[in-house]
Amino acid sequence: MSRPGSSPDEKGVSQNGDPGGQCPLFTNTLNAPVSPETRLLSAFARDTQARKVDLAGREYYSEEGKPFELRLVGKIKQQLSTDPTLHPEYPSSLGLREFTRKATEVALGKHSRAIVENQVLGVQTPGFTAAVRLGAELLRCWYDLSADWCGPVYLSSPCDDSLAGIFQAAGIQEIPSAHYPTGADLSQSQWAVITRLITSRRLFPFLLLPTQALCCGDMERDAWPVQHCASLGMELLCAQSFSHCFGLYGEAVGHLLCVLKQNSVLLPVQSQADKIVRSLWARPSVGGAHVVTTVLSNSAHLVEWQGEVKHIVERCMLIRAILREKLRLLGTPGRWDHLTQQGGLFCCTGLNGEQVEFLSNRRRVYLLPGGCLNVSAINCRNLDYIAESIHLALTSSL
Amino acid sequence: MVPQAAPVAVFKLTQDFNNDQFPNKVNLGVGAYRTDEGQPWVLPVVKKVEKIIVHDDRLNHEYLPILGLPEFRSSASKIVLGDNSPAIQENRVGAVQCLGGTGALKIGAEFLRRFYNGSNNTKTPIYVSAPTWENHNAVFSSAGFEDVRPYRYWDAEKRGLDLAGFLGDLESCPEHSVFVLHACAHNPTGTDPTQEQWKQIAEVMMRRKLFAFFDSAYQGFASGSLEKDAWAVRYFVSSGFEMFCAQSFSKNFGLYNERVGNLTVVARDADNLKRVLSQMEKIVRITWSNPPSQGARIVTITLTSPELFSEWQENVKTMANRVLLMRSQLKAKLQALGTPGTWDHITNQIGMFSFTGLNPKQVEYLVKEKHIYLMASSRINMCGLTTKNIDYVAESIHEAVTKVQ
Repeated sequence: MSRPGSSPDEKGVSQNGDPGGQCPLFTNTLNAPVSPETRLLSAFARDTQARKVDLAGREYYSEEGKPFELRLVGKIKQQLSTDPTLHPEYPSSLGLREFTRKATEVALGKHSRAIVENQVLGVQTPGFTAAVRLGAELLRCWYDLSADWCGPVYLSSPCDDSLAGIFQAAGIQEIPSAHYPTGADLSQSQWAVITRLITSRRLFPFLLLPTQALCCGDMERDAWPVQHCASLGMELLCAQSFSHCFGLYGEAVGHLLCVLKQNSVLLPVQSQADKIVRSLWARPSVGGAHVVTTVLSNSAHLVEWQGEVKHIVERCMLIRAILREKLRLLGTPGRWDHLTQQGGLFCCTGLNGEQVEFLSNRRRVYLLPGGCLNVSAINCRNLDYIAESIHLALTSSL
Repeated sequence: MVPQAAPVAVFKLTQDFNNDQFPNKVNLGVGAYRTDEGQPWVLPVVKKVEKIIVHDDRLNHEYLPILGLPEFRSSASKIVLGDNSPAIQENRVGAVQCLGGTGALKIGAEFLRRFYNGSNNTKTPIYVSAPTWENHNAVFSSAGFEDVRPYRYWDAEKRGLDLAGFLGDLESCPEHSVFVLHACAHNPTGTDPTQEQWKQIAEVMMRRKLFAFFDSAYQGFASGSLEKDAWAVRYFVSSGFEMFCAQSFSKNFGLYNERVGNLTVVARDADNLKRVLSQMEKIVRITWSNPPSQGARIVTITLTSPELFSEWQENVKTMANRVLLMRSQLKAKLQALGTPGTWDHITNQIGMFSFTGLNPKQVEYLVKEKHIYLMASSRINMCGLTTKNIDYVAESIHEAVTKVQ
């Protein structure tokens, strides 16, 4: 091994290639505890059974069992790749203005009073997690700096296992979980009650919108809670993702929406957001954002896109209905109405920890630790096996 | 009450330039490569590879793994450490795909704050060069470090490296301090240590147990040679340092807007590497979770195909050569005009940036009277110069130096 400039008696460098001059630097670094999701993924990967079924993935899977790109998205990417006006420039730290404008409109509605009165800040982020992280960091500046606010932030239970970590990284220490009806989305009247409470108790809502349009098949309807809060004049943060509804998983297209009470604080909040972004990732990546903007800015594209999304949503609804029917025919104990009452990509089955383990260990059917599953990963080839497995989990003595 | 954050100087400069109506205005504050026509440049190899990607229907459309595309991470590390790096052969090199060079610095900083020099030791001093890229400070302080300090680097009088000052700070700083080192094409001075000087720096750092955190944003772009621009990093690795190198592919691939970065980790052994990466994965998970794929795919396909790799090297040389040409022409013109002072530093310095050595009044004169925009520090971006504006710029500098004291 050649080491330019080294000699046998050069201090700190031994001859046999052992970097012994310094004490090993990171030996007190423990292996990070494996997250439940990682454990699941590796268990699934190691499983050699042909029948194994992964219902814990985060992407939308086609009937063929693969995440895929919307046809329209593929077409637009080809168009963009030959567009001579697209330049390799650094985007602003807050992202592409056209993108943030469109992303804001799909969350709040084009004619939202908050937009008209210039009380809204939109920041393009590299994905959903990044949007949540930026929002969490902003919250600390938002509140009175002298009070050194550091929580509490309430998270729903269940929720993504990384959420608590994100808020902690932003310096928030108090993170209790609040009760949330498992799996069910709230109705409009339930939201009305919640927003009344939030307003009267002066709480701050941070809304998460990772799969907009995949619940009801309609952007507007899925964003109703955000629009409702904004129409009541509430201040809020909303983290959005366009990964699911555009099939742009690898492209990290996220957005953080900030609705403020007065437009006089817009500039200070914007300057803080800019400062925080520059020490996190400097600027977002543009590829995926260009695609989203192109679709949302063109009515013909919008119609085509809505058609593809509708197909996704209808398939998910169909799978839920068929699964529920299969369980009924098998005489599986319990009520399964919640399967069809819930919407979207994920479904909380209500199975407990033991039952979930039974499914992975004995039947090679992998669910998320909380008993949630990805509806789109169910297809005609594995449906019967999955239904039988759930039936067995509930009827075998464990 | 949300306080307004201080504005960033270089962005204000760009704004003022954009608003200026003067027909012959020149922007020497731009942070990206420009062709001789003053346009941004999509590298021909990148255009080619983008087409390959867009027509590849076997492409995986899933989220990327948290640590990034595996082939990207390994080929990016190879590019900076060299194909035959013993550290790679010893399985003690790993990497994390990050959101640009900034993202790589961020993940490295967050890791160091948690696990270096004790546990969560926010008091470990972080040394950045005086001057340095303005964002270095922000990244390390936002990671929680309380003590970000300058180390002596630029000698304004000599217009060169203050080696004695640099070595002095290395000798007197607290043990285990972290030093952020520019691998090549120092930003903003364009002044790099020579190979002999790097050896001296490494010797002190090894002896005093200081941590080397390289920032490599211009590999290939500085001299036109990938190997030459990576010499310092490779020397440190071969000297036995455990270290980090934050790499950016924004400039040498022209992928400014795709945020392609890589944090290369050189650990003591495979076991340590594994632990470090497992903790870095946790940090990434709560920052951006999964990195974007497009830029990483472009770089990977280019680096792993011999034909495309050669084409890329040619593209990089094109950029580096244009900068070198502008440097030599500017110096020649200033000398021809008889502009007072010495101008050797313009060709001695390397990379995109040059510290001209003009004083603040002279800089102001250039901006206000001549509509030539440059940083108050006197930093200019050589890429802002073209064959069409270089005469105007040279004459204006001449005026500024002779009229304004």
